[in-house]
Amino acid sequence: MLKYRIWAVFLLIATIALVYFLYSSQRENARFPFKFGLDLVGGTELIYRADVSQISGGDIADSMQTLRDVIERRINVFGVSEPLIQVERAGLVSGNPDHRLIVELPGVSDIERAVAMIGQTPQLEFKLERAGVRDLSEEELKKLTLDELFVSTGLTGRFLKRSSLQFDPSTAQPIVALEFNDEGKELFSQITRENIGRTLAIFLDDELKQAPVIQSEIDNGQAIITGYDAATAKEVVRQLNFGALPVPIELASTQTVGATLGEVALDAAVKAGIWGFIILSLFMVLWYRLPGVVAVIALILYVFLSLSIFKLIPVTLTAAGLAGFILSIGMAVDANILIFERMKEELRGMPARGTGGFAHSGGKEELRGGKNLIDAMREGFRRAWLSIRDSNIASIITAVILFWLGTASVKGFALTLGIGVLVSMFTAITASRTYLYAVSFVQESKLTEFLFSSGVKSYKLKADS
Amino acid sequence: MGIIRNRKIFFTLSAILVIGSLVAPFFFGFHLGTDFTGGSILEVRYLSERPQLEATQALLSPLGLGNFSLRPSGESNFVLRAREISPEEKSAILSVLSSGGQTQISEERFNSIGPVVGESLKRKSYIAIAVVIFCIVLFITFAFRKVSKPVSSWKYGLATIVALFHDVIVPTGIYIVAGKFFGWEIDLLFVTALLAILGYSVHDTIVVFDRVREHLRRNQEEGRVEEFEKTVGESLIQTMSRSINTSLTLVIVLVALYILGVGATQSFAFVLLVGVIAGTYSSIFLASPLLVTLEKLQKKE
Repeated sequence: MLKYRIWAVFLLIATIALVYFLYSSQRENARFPFKFGLDLVGGTELIYRADVSQISGGDIADSMQTLRDVIERRINVFGVSEPLIQVERAGLVSGNPDHRLIVELPGVSDIERAVAMIGQTPQLEFKLERAGVRDLSEEELKKLTLDELFVSTGLTGRFLKRSSLQFDPSTAQPIVALEFNDEGKELFSQITRENIGRTLAIFLDDELKQAPVIQSEIDNGQAIITGYDAATAKEVVRQLNFGALPVPIELASTQTVGATLGEVALDAAVKAGIWGFIILSLFMVLWYRLPGVVAVIALILYVFLSLSIFKLIPVTLTAAGLAGFILSIGMAVDANILIFERMKEELRGMPARGTGGFAHSGGKEELRGGKNLIDAMREGFRRAWLSIRDSNIASIITAVILFWLGTASVKGFALTLGIGVLVSMFTAITASRTYLYAVSFVQESKLTEFLFSSGVKSYKLKADS
Repeated sequence: MGIIRNRKIFFTLSAILVIGSLVAPFFFGFHLGTDFTGGSILEVRYLSERPQLEATQALLSPLGLGNFSLRPSGESNFVLRAREISPEEKSAILSVLSSGGQTQISEERFNSIGPVVGESLKRKSYIAIAVVIFCIVLFITFAFRKVSKPVSSWKYGLATIVALFHDVIVPTGIYIVAGKFFGWEIDLLFVTALLAILGYSVHDTIVVFDRVREHLRRNQEEGRVEEFEKTVGESLIQTMSRSINTSLTLVIVLVALYILGVGATQSFAFVLLVGVIAGTYSSIFLASPLLVTLEKLQKKE
């Protein structure tokens, strides 16, 4: 039994360590805060439908990833804390008829502004110098606005296929390379053909970026901008890619939860969790006595261990996720109840069956009905294991399928349920067995009989055999 | 064993509950939430006094929201349900509700879901439920493969599924009836609750079946011949206190959630509560007696 006592002490220390971890990681700016879903902290969720009909099958995944990155950069500019941007693929498995982009913005309740900030497209435009500008003197030029100097050509970022950073092979100077799509290529070729010798300026967000002079017709749909240092060139490439979303998107659904509503829901869930736990513990202790106390201690370990795992992974906790967690508490207790009920049966023996109890097959004990305490415990754990295993496998199957097929909120539920069931297998069986063996030093007496009985009855214990 | 002997009574009771639940939508309506139908829901809270309902409805009418409904909720809230609306339209609505910014309101929640999204959510829910049920039958058939006498192992799966349908249909029916009075809708959270019940129902039934399996194995090892009816009956008695205590612990937590919860949490806890009670009932009074019936049918063949 010494072995079990050492382990029991170790588990208690581990429990305290978990409490310390949970407590210390709740401070501001700690490394592992809880992640709460929008329904609990408030915020906005936007679901966009992506139109991938113009993209060939193999490029879809890439384009969606680029889309995600572009949107993420746009959002980051606005300083939303911890935005979550996800791509949801179409297909039978996900159950979506189309590709989606899901944007979660915690703390943002102004949808119109959120939509605007995502939809905002930095504008790339190619403009030609106006006729006659060349003859003006420098003073006169300074007086004119950019609009008076240049005229739009209709060639914009809409026609940009992509922009990339390159280096001149001979001078090693950074180059911003632009590549137009087919339509853009034609337009670019036409503009350059008809305006050789004139300045074709490149504007980004109405700001003049470059004003090269057209040397010859360009018919391959490619243009370059030079004269930047590497860092700026990179920035320009990034900005240009901003201008062109690789995939057209359309707002399919929006959802906002006010901060107060979320707070109230979270508050209620936490309160309910605490009260539920207290009453549950009272029930377990009053009904199962000493084993009940053990179960409650194991359950405390269960709660802290699960919460720590939620922090470490991290699991985004939503209302549905908390429900999964609460349900898994029920299943953790169930494992203990199964074991204790079985233990009780082993202690009592099986009077209902003529040939004796459910003891080991063969041997004298079988005819004897009840067992001594240690044997009853061992049998209780051993025999309850099968039903705990099978019922928990069924729960895990459910959790896995739901995680695989479910929508975001169902996924949260599945994840907490699944983690909960796995953790409970450890705490309700391994941990509670360790504790129970550790306290079973008590001499078998009236007191022990009382401590290990349940409900309103006491059972006679057999003497050690 | 009383429960087994009187199984027809319990079967009838379950059948009445299931049929009642199946016809409930025809009397009380099947109110799908915006999650599934598409459309929008906007809830606002008035920091000062809430304006008159009729007057506000009249003010909203010219916005062209189609067939909208505005309902008071709680002390100081209005809930607006309408077709899918754009962010611009929403701003217009908020401006009307706040009398052009004169009354202070706070936006509690807003959902606007396109019909396509709703449709795909609905399909996803169906697929998830169907796949879960299928995999569980497979698993149970596998877990009980060694005890194919006197009933084939897949029949344990069948009995589990019957109990499972019972446990999903009855809470749905009761939710629909209760929803009529509390204004609850069939939304995504409700489906999540059903999925949880699904998991619990199977969990609970397996525990009883496991005991039957143990008895059968033991009888086989010891060459004892026993009526299947008696085996199931004893398994039921032996697992009874566990079944009741386990569901009691869940009921404790869920009642706490129901009492302390607000809005969506409350309806969620309600469904789970009904589901846990139905699940416990069905594993004792439906699934196990059904095994006996299946065995008797098998004998007749």
